[in-house]
Amino acid sequence: MPMRKVMKGNEAAAWAAKLAKPKVVAAFPITPSTLVPEKISEFVADGEMDAEFIKVESEHSAISACVGASAAGVRTFTATASQGLALMHEILFIAAGMRLPIVMAIGNRALSAPINIWNDWQDTISERDTGWIQFYAENNQEALDLILIAFKVAEDERVLLPAMVGFDAFILTHTVEPVEIPDQEVVDEFLGEYVPKHAYLDPARPITQGALGFPAHYMEARYTVWEAMENARKVIKEVFDEFEKKFGRRYHMIEEYKTDDAEIILLTMGSLAGTLKEFVDKKREEGVKIGAAKMTVYRPFPIEEIKALAKKTKVLAILEKDISFGIGGAVFADTSRALINEKEKPIVLDFILGLGGRDVTFENLEEVVEISKKALEGEKVEEVNWIGLRKEIL
Amino acid sequence: MAESPFKADIERVQKEYSEKMTPGAIVYIPGSSVVNKTGGWRVFMPKFNKDKCVRCFLCYTFCPEPAIYLDEESYPVFDYDYCKGCGICANECPTKAIEMVREFK
Ligand code: SF4
Ligand code: SF4
Repeated sequence: MPMRKVMKGNEAAAWAAKLAKPKVVAAFPITPSTLVPEKISEFVADGEMDAEFIKVESEHSAISACVGASAAGVRTFTATASQGLALMHEILFIAAGMRLPIVMAIGNRALSAPINIWNDWQDTISERDTGWIQFYAENNQEALDLILIAFKVAEDERVLLPAMVGFDAFILTHTVEPVEIPDQEVVDEFLGEYVPKHAYLDPARPITQGALGFPAHYMEARYTVWEAMENARKVIKEVFDEFEKKFGRRYHMIEEYKTDDAEIILLTMGSLAGTLKEFVDKKREEGVKIGAAKMTVYRPFPIEEIKALAKKTKVLAILEKDISFGIGGAVFADTSRALINEKEKPIVLDFILGLGGRDVTFENLEEVVEISKKALEGEKVEEVNWIGLRKEIL
Repeated sequence: MAESPFKADIERVQKEYSEKMTPGAIVYIPGSSVVNKTGGWRVFMPKFNKDKCVRCFLCYTFCPEPAIYLDEESYPVFDYDYCKGCGICANECPTKAIEMVREFK
């Protein structure tokens, strides 16, 4: 029987790692994800987890150890956040380029300066081009589930790419919620053992990994990463189906809430989606035709799902906790790319909010709806709107 | 120019290596490093003057690549597919039989 336990998001991630049975975990503790390696080292020390727990002196080494372990042919896990993820940056490309299915949990946190330990997505969004698959969890249950899903997708022979699962700093990492822990046997059935066919260590069959790629080969090598990411679209959907059959919980590339007759759809990722659903309920009572949508998978970008979503609405408002300086929100830019060649498309507006742990309140969301309504009525509005910004101190 | 002693290896690996891009660009066949010609970024190339050569083998000994072979008469032969143009051979040659000249491609 699945067990229900009340736990923090970090613990949920550690439990997911335990259930997935990685052979190697390498990690350097960083706020707010410190508890993930702490909990895993407890599991290992108590003999509940048969993994090599490698203590390292930095995140650069943590991910490097993971690359080594994965290249040797075992299931590998790590966790980090913010500056830690940034320190891993160069190795993230290597992990993807070498097609190593490492899974990483990330307590989404802001980047310096100024130093800030609270939640936004700037850390993972900044790594969107590294070739890692990216999932975003709405709650602690999703953090656990998506890590299991990430392993299954990453290790699929059509994919073979590393995957990261983001869950919002403190909002999820440190908040206790009831989480259903699936049975080990069912997880074993779902994931199976990782049997590497391309990258492993065998003295009887020497291979070279991470070799120099001359101009004659580099482009093709990078193309295979692109191709693998394209394959991931299909594989992720298959894995979502299988996950539902095994565990009863349903995931979507983009999950929709009351969107069918909506004139304004608010699209977001992560924990903010929970707030949006409540807000939509409130506005529906007031008779405003509004819906919400949550992007669970950001890389590969759900292009087809965005197109389908866009067909349902007149205004697509994108609420994001990140900023790409000089253009606006990253999700907004990607959404625009998905819709650029569509004949009929909604007005797409970008709302930057909640940076560095700033609360996103119903008042803020009212402002989003007000701006969206204005756009709907043909008034000219900004494409990039900073919501909850204290203009008086600027 | 004398033939590279690795010719057969190079041809075999070249054939297998160019047939299919592997996941992660993993090289499954040993010896593939000889396929990648490393002479492409050379700016200066060694120019050999046989008349001055005393066959001391110093150039052959010091070439770090190694891009120098010896022919049947033990004269040095330069393999420009792998010579990176470092000039060490010219520097070591006691009789100045090697001159580094600018190469235009
Ligand atoms: S220039 Fe350097 S690489 Fe070329 S033959 Fe001389 S020593 Fe060898
Ligand atoms: S070092 Fe000079 S003299 Fe000696 S073998 Fe080489 S070219 Fe000839």
